[in-house]
Amino acid sequence: MVIAHLTWRRLLRVHGLLLLALVATLVAAAAIGPVGLDWRRAFDPSMTSPDAVILFRTRVPRVLLAAIVGGALATAGATLQALLRNPLADPHLLGVSSGAALAGVCALVLHPVFLGRTLVVPAAAFAGALASMWIVVGASRVGGRLDSYTLLLVGVIYNAFAGALLMFVNSVVDFYQAHGVLFWLMGSLGASDYRVVGALALYTLTGLGVLVMRARDLDCLSLGDDRAAELGVDVERARLVVFVAASLLVGAVVSVSGMIGFVGLVVPHLVRMLVGADHRLLLPGSYLGGAIFLVCADTIARTALGGTEVPVGVVTALCGAPFFTYLLRRERRRAGA
Amino acid sequence: MSALLEAERVSFAYAGRPAIRAVTLTVGEGEMLAIAGANGSGKSTLLGLLSGLRRPSAGSVRLAGRNLREYDRRALARAIAVVPQETAIAFPYRVAEMVLIGRAPYLRGIGLERAHDVAAAERAMARTGVLDLADRPLAELSGGERQRVIVARALAQEPRVLLLDEPTTFLDLRHAIEILDLVVDLNRHERLTVVAVLHDLTVAAMYFPRLVFLRAGCLAVDGAPAEVITEATIREVFDADVEVRTDADGVPTVRPRRRGG
Repeated sequence: MVIAHLTWRRLLRVHGLLLLALVATLVAAAAIGPVGLDWRRAFDPSMTSPDAVILFRTRVPRVLLAAIVGGALATAGATLQALLRNPLADPHLLGVSSGAALAGVCALVLHPVFLGRTLVVPAAAFAGALASMWIVVGASRVGGRLDSYTLLLVGVIYNAFAGALLMFVNSVVDFYQAHGVLFWLMGSLGASDYRVVGALALYTLTGLGVLVMRARDLDCLSLGDDRAAELGVDVERARLVVFVAASLLVGAVVSVSGMIGFVGLVVPHLVRMLVGADHRLLLPGSYLGGAIFLVCADTIARTALGGTEVPVGVVTALCGAPFFTYLLRRERRRAGA
Repeated sequence: MSALLEAERVSFAYAGRPAIRAVTLTVGEGEMLAIAGANGSGKSTLLGLLSGLRRPSAGSVRLAGRNLREYDRRALARAIAVVPQETAIAFPYRVAEMVLIGRAPYLRGIGLERAHDVAAAERAMARTGVLDLADRPLAELSGGERQRVIVARALAQEPRVLLLDEPTTFLDLRHAIEILDLVVDLNRHERLTVVAVLHDLTVAAMYFPRLVFLRAGCLAVDGAPAEVITEATIREVFDADVEVRTDADGVPTVRPRRRGG
């Protein structure tokens, strides 16, 4: 008898299947929209037909952006859950996203030159995400212990605080800038071009790569810091690397798409049901699963009301909030048992 | 018997409050030793110092003659494995997955197990009798089965020393006996060196040929159960009034004396 274990074959099969599912989702999502497309005209080599413009200038960059944002948020969620040993952790719920958004908005407002959009804002959002994680985790640790529910409460409070500061900034800036702040608060996947998509893919895949190399450490860390140390993990170093990589993921996507909630909560849970808890499968699986999830959510957001677009964060929150309640109740029951 | 794990005048303090004071203890290769003491006497802290989890504020701990500080974490995890009281598992790992995590200190890169890693995990599972449970989710197991899986994970590390921190606290009698029988068996047949923190003195006396009592962070007594477990030492170390009887095998049994009874 040979016990089940992870092999290259299993790794490639699981991720190959998820990748196929993602490609199918991307193609379907690009085909769906308020305006019907004529595929022959869209793929005409001259690329001048309205169909080609809609497909390649609007829809394709948008579905690609949705995929990357969803993948990054889900991976960050899975990572935070392992690190904090809490299946309810999520960058949005813990206020990491709003911290990133706040720092990004401040950079945008204080930086009148539009150099900000490409370099300073993402850097600020990354720093904001990292600082928020440090504050929330630090404030939740009482007497060296990190209690699950203290962590969630501190996250909720921090989230409200950062949200209030965002609204404050919103009320003191002029109308034009205020519109920009609202965009950060609601989350949006519109207005993207290939340069942004490419840069974001680079940042998030780098973060994912770093995390995958730490996947085994995350398995150990999910058992507790002392257990991880006893299993040979350099805990302080591993935590630092993982926090920075997760902040890179959150900061990068928040600076482009604003705050989109619940992806990091819902997706890792579903992927765990599919592939198990092993982080060597779970982390890349969450990236691919998160991509599929947000592309679907965004397609609903674009098309559900015909021509009017619903912010995608509304769609993810509408599925995510009941799901969170379900998970919370289940955790509570388990804790009580 | 050559010394494998040696603590030399080790001390440790939590936020300025001393928990272990200048303890000297030598554990020989293949030896089996139990540590007991009242709550807060520093038993678990001493175990943490022996495993390298905590760094002594004074003194040193040596494994095979080398200071633990000179080992890197992974090398240490290949030599010393720890079985905790209880493991909180937040995610749906299966039994085989949990045991394979014990191979973490042997893996490189993305960390896929090689054939000999899988073989080591399988041997550990066969040894602890959890091979049949390989595909079961850990959450579905009973406390005793779960603890056997954790022992299997520790064995998958292929350690020279097994440290156990009150491994039977949350187990019922039958499962506690199972774990202790297993530990004795590993000690006898694989020459695994065992140090365990235990609460129950009668159980410690039955299973362990050597017993150490801690009192307020100091080593109070060290010797064979029959020498160590006396009414006088227990009054001194635990501040408890007990009656000690010795059964036919020479194993001392501890019974509480009821007040006013």
